Amino acid sequence: MAFLKRSPWILHYDASSCNGCDIEVLACLTPLYDVERFGIINTGNPKHADILMITGGINELNRAVVKNLYEQMPEPKVVVAIGICAATGGIFRECYNIAGGVDKVIPVDVYVPGCAARPEMIIDGVVKALGILEEKRAKMTGSAQAKEETRHAAEAGEST
Amino acid sequence: MNWLIGAVLFLILAPITGGLIAGIDRKITARMQGRVGPPLLQPFYDVGKLFEKERAVVTTAQNFYVLAYLIFIALSGALFFAGGDLLLIVFAFTLAHVFLVLGAYAVHSPYSHVGAGRELIQLMAYEPMIILAAVGFYMVSGSFYVADIVTTTVPAILYLPGVFLGFAVILTIKLRKSPFDISTSHHAHQEIVKGITTEFSGSTLAQVEIAHWYENVFLLGFVFLFFAWNPVIGIVAVAITYLAEIFVDNVTARARWQAALKSGWLAAILGIVNLAILSYMMLGGA
Ligand code: SF4
Repeated sequence: MAFLKRSPWILHYDASSCNGCDIEVLACLTPLYDVERFGIINTGNPKHADILMITGGINELNRAVVKNLYEQMPEPKVVVAIGICAATGGIFRECYNIAGGVDKVIPVDVYVPGCAARPEMIIDGVVKALGILEEKRAKMTGSAQAKEETRHAAEAGEST
Repeated sequence: MNWLIGAVLFLILAPITGGLIAGIDRKITARMQGRVGPPLLQPFYDVGKLFEKERAVVTTAQNFYVLAYLIFIALSGALFFAGGDLLLIVFAFTLAHVFLVLGAYAVHSPYSHVGAGRELIQLMAYEPMIILAAVGFYMVSGSFYVADIVTTTVPAILYLPGVFLGFAVILTIKLRKSPFDISTSHHAHQEIVKGITTEFSGSTLAQVEIAHWYENVFLLGFVFLFFAWNPVIGIVAVAITYLAEIFVDNVTARARWQAALKSGWLAAILGIVNLAILSYMMLGGA
């Protein structure tokens, strides 16, 4: 029952990147790299997405947007920060409007380094993210079961 | 008894067939674009995945509507494969889509509303043609019952070429393929977010997908009726029609909704002309 690993849908958000990393993300979808081989689909909808791919750093304007996108994604979900900008702010980190990397706002699971990150690296990062996604799913079903059991136990306690 | 077997077989086998067709579709599409494409069973992985996700629901009403959509699509398909009344089937089919639209309108999201509005436009575009196709079959076989239409020895396609062409046009709308994939699409995942399915996620989205599989099998069954006098030719014709749809999907860009509506009605006019000529010939013959 590990369908999640076979069908990760991606939401790609450009925070304040220079567009270099975005081009590389889109390159992954082209016939040369064709990530749909792995069932990966680039969806534009946070509610359908499993992996949030962010390029570029956080600035004061997109802080709320990134947070909102993250919160709209149903569990289990992972975040992949693409490029140095998304990791630390990169060459823009000294700018007056940049707060830093994506992890200033939301938890990041995988960092893909590079300026710009190469498509091979990005695919590698996604594969790594899939492992984490699977762990999270197992934990989620585990905790759901535990919750159910304590509820049952509580009910049994009440009835006696 | 036969009708019951047909209905039960449809309910069990259609999701499997529909999923496989979707898988083949994606594979062929990828090859046409010079890509390797996902594995054949990818649609099943997708739906399995969706059931594993958290249930994030905006309004509970939307789940109810989507379930009703699935049930009515399955019902209309089951009626079809049970050999039921074509008119009843068409109405159940339409009702199903009304539920889907209601589900999308139940959420206060502009994207979902745009998608729902476009779904209604699609409904307006294809509805006349579907009913005309049913009338055409009646004129050829003398019955609205699928069971009778299948057993006629008359090659319906020779009498209804215009109706068939018209039906092929609205089939593009129904299969959610370009150029008429205006309400939601298998490709172009970033346009008006995801149209009518924007606010559905997890298992609700999975139900929409399964309903779509049912729907596709039902529609291909409808295509088969045109060639029912010879099952072998029928199956080949269905396969060719579907391949042509994939081809059209890949070589055209999305049209505006006005164009979709006009094309649907032009198809209907084609159908009407066909039926008019047919009735004229029949009167002349009598
Ligand atoms: S890491 Fe480099 S290429 Fe990527 S967004 Fe930042 S500056 Fe552009």
